[in-house]
Amino acid sequence: MKARELIRSAFVIGRRDFTATVMSKAFLLFLLGPLFPVLMGVAFGGIGARIDHGAERPVVAVVASPDDFARLSASHARLAAVMPDSPLVILSRHDPQVDAARQRDQLLHQEKPPVLGVLEGGLAAPHFIGAVSGDGRTIRQLMWMIDDARVTDGARDQPARRPLAVTITDRSTGSVSAARAVTAYGGQALLFILTILLAGMLLSQLIEEKSNKVIEILAAAVPVDAIFLGKLFAMLAMSLIGIAVWSIAGAAAIAIWSGKGLSGLPGPAVGWPTFLALVPLYFAMSYLLIGSVFLGIGSQASTVREVQTLSMPVTMAQVMLFGFASIGVGDPNGAQAIAAAIFPLSSPFAMLGRAAEDPALWPHLAAILWQALWVALILRVAAGLFRRSVLKSGQPIRWFWQRRTS
Amino acid sequence: MDASNFAVEAHDLVKHFGDTRAVNGVSLSVPAATIYGVLGPNGAGKTTLLRILLGIIDPSSGTRRLLGYDRPIEAAHEVGYLPEERGLYPAMSCVDAIAFMGALRGLPLREGRRRGAELLAEHGLGDWIRKPIRTLSKGMAQTVQLLGTLVHKPRLIVLDEPFAGLDAINQEKLEALIRRQATDGVSILFSTHVIAHAERLCERIAIIAAGKVAFEGAVDEARGRLRPIVHLRTRSADGPWREAIPNEARLVAGEWRFQLPPGGPEPLLKALIDGGAGIETLSIERPGLHDAFVAIAGEAAAKAMGDGLGQAA
Repeated sequence: MKARELIRSAFVIGRRDFTATVMSKAFLLFLLGPLFPVLMGVAFGGIGARIDHGAERPVVAVVASPDDFARLSASHARLAAVMPDSPLVILSRHDPQVDAARQRDQLLHQEKPPVLGVLEGGLAAPHFIGAVSGDGRTIRQLMWMIDDARVTDGARDQPARRPLAVTITDRSTGSVSAARAVTAYGGQALLFILTILLAGMLLSQLIEEKSNKVIEILAAAVPVDAIFLGKLFAMLAMSLIGIAVWSIAGAAAIAIWSGKGLSGLPGPAVGWPTFLALVPLYFAMSYLLIGSVFLGIGSQASTVREVQTLSMPVTMAQVMLFGFASIGVGDPNGAQAIAAAIFPLSSPFAMLGRAAEDPALWPHLAAILWQALWVALILRVAAGLFRRSVLKSGQPIRWFWQRRTS
Repeated sequence: MDASNFAVEAHDLVKHFGDTRAVNGVSLSVPAATIYGVLGPNGAGKTTLLRILLGIIDPSSGTRRLLGYDRPIEAAHEVGYLPEERGLYPAMSCVDAIAFMGALRGLPLREGRRRGAELLAEHGLGDWIRKPIRTLSKGMAQTVQLLGTLVHKPRLIVLDEPFAGLDAINQEKLEALIRRQATDGVSILFSTHVIAHAERLCERIAIIAAGKVAFEGAVDEARGRLRPIVHLRTRSADGPWREAIPNEARLVAGEWRFQLPPGGPEPLLKALIDGGAGIETLSIERPGLHDAFVAIAGEAAAKAMGDGLGQAA
């Protein structure tokens, strides 16, 4: 069968599926899909907690003498001992420079590690400048450490020292880093839920066609590979429409509420335009990988119950992959993040997270090529499985326990 | 007949499903522009055979050619197929369903809609053009699917049990439609287990039993496999004339029925008269296709059982 005929046939199948889905009432429900990530976010409230507890513990740059920093570090250690489960700020020392303002500015823009704020003035006149969170936990911790350091310093005998002064800035690299982690988790969650949702829709559509016998009409008229590709890409086109609608609606909502649009938000590391271009790209990769697997599974089953039984392990595996990819958030160059980026099925999630946190673009080019390779491979295998099983064509698949020695 | 004059050719087709041999060495040739019937009892392997011929499933071994193409899918644009289990998208309108089936076979969608509307109007469904399939009766939906099979003007139409589920009036309409297509030069291949349709429509038939071709040839040839049936009423209940009738003769409601002995009617008649039968009525009937089918398929099935072969699913 010539490639042109394959594409034509896939287009006929895809056009029918696309039109039938987009013109259905169910599509309106699908467009309400972004509500689900919000609900899931509430359900998996651990995400927010992990941002606080995980690798994104705030770093405070302490511009002080070695002596003052040593006392402050000792207090930090004592506080850590009495509050083992509470994430403490990380202190990093910097020698005071002549141009204090310039040094402060450089520290607040430092990327590695990202700095939440700068503590100046030593123990005598402490002054914190930075983007602190609303609950004031960082400030409370710093005040406790300063008081403790002064007490152990025998400061009771010294004249009263100035309390901690606080100057809150709009943003620091530390606060941006935390916001990027939220963007990374949010992007991954959206990708995961969409992929699962669409793969499920694809599966139920196939089962419907198998049960109403349309599949035989299709298989008699066009190559089975065209049915597979048509269905897969119709659902992809439909979901890209959804993503476009949600993006426009989301941007409009942000513009209305913040008055500044996306530029008012702390942007992902690669910038909003690139990030927004990567979202549909990684979604397409993720969907094609998972959708192919689901279609291959759907071809084995003839009833909804069979599909549920067969797809359950794959769905669970997907949840694990999502978890695997999200572990790397906060440390995009860590071993876990890189492993998740290399493993094909978790790669789109991991790389979207990376786009939020790391500005380098070349890893995305490499990842997209890598994922495309796997998409081609898995499409081929799944299409073969589909062709073999959807009408019991070819040799039936026998599991090892069904094989007989002859 | 030249090979190019065959719409369908199959040679030694075999299909296994696990340990079951659904099609077991089938060879047949369907001449172009004829109506050809594939007859067989339920589970004989008719549907599997048609699916193999159309390329929906691949044979385990053997070869087939469809309209001269070695790969059936390459002939898809010139073939129409009505499967045994009807399938339509319930939400689609009648005209869109027909146009979609045409588009699958290479007909542009717009042209498919135009022809679909014409066909629906011709077949009394003009008021249903825009109505969704789910609002149609079973017979109407079946008609829509059949029109979808014809919309791209195929050279070969394959119908799997096309009369199943139709009332007598719609069966009559379908027979007329099939005849009209054949008159236009279209080759028709259909399967059925209802022999009357095949007897009225077909020029040639293949009788399939237990996955094998038990007979292939003209309908008259199949009938010719059986000797004519004699129906005899006599005044005498017994006498020397009884020796003239075969031992297998059955007495049904006072009438003897038996196959005409190999010698033909004259020696039989003479023996009956000379034996004092007192003939009241005597008629000799040519056997119908039904009788031939039962005899041929029954014999083949019995032989297959004797050979220990399984039947098709």
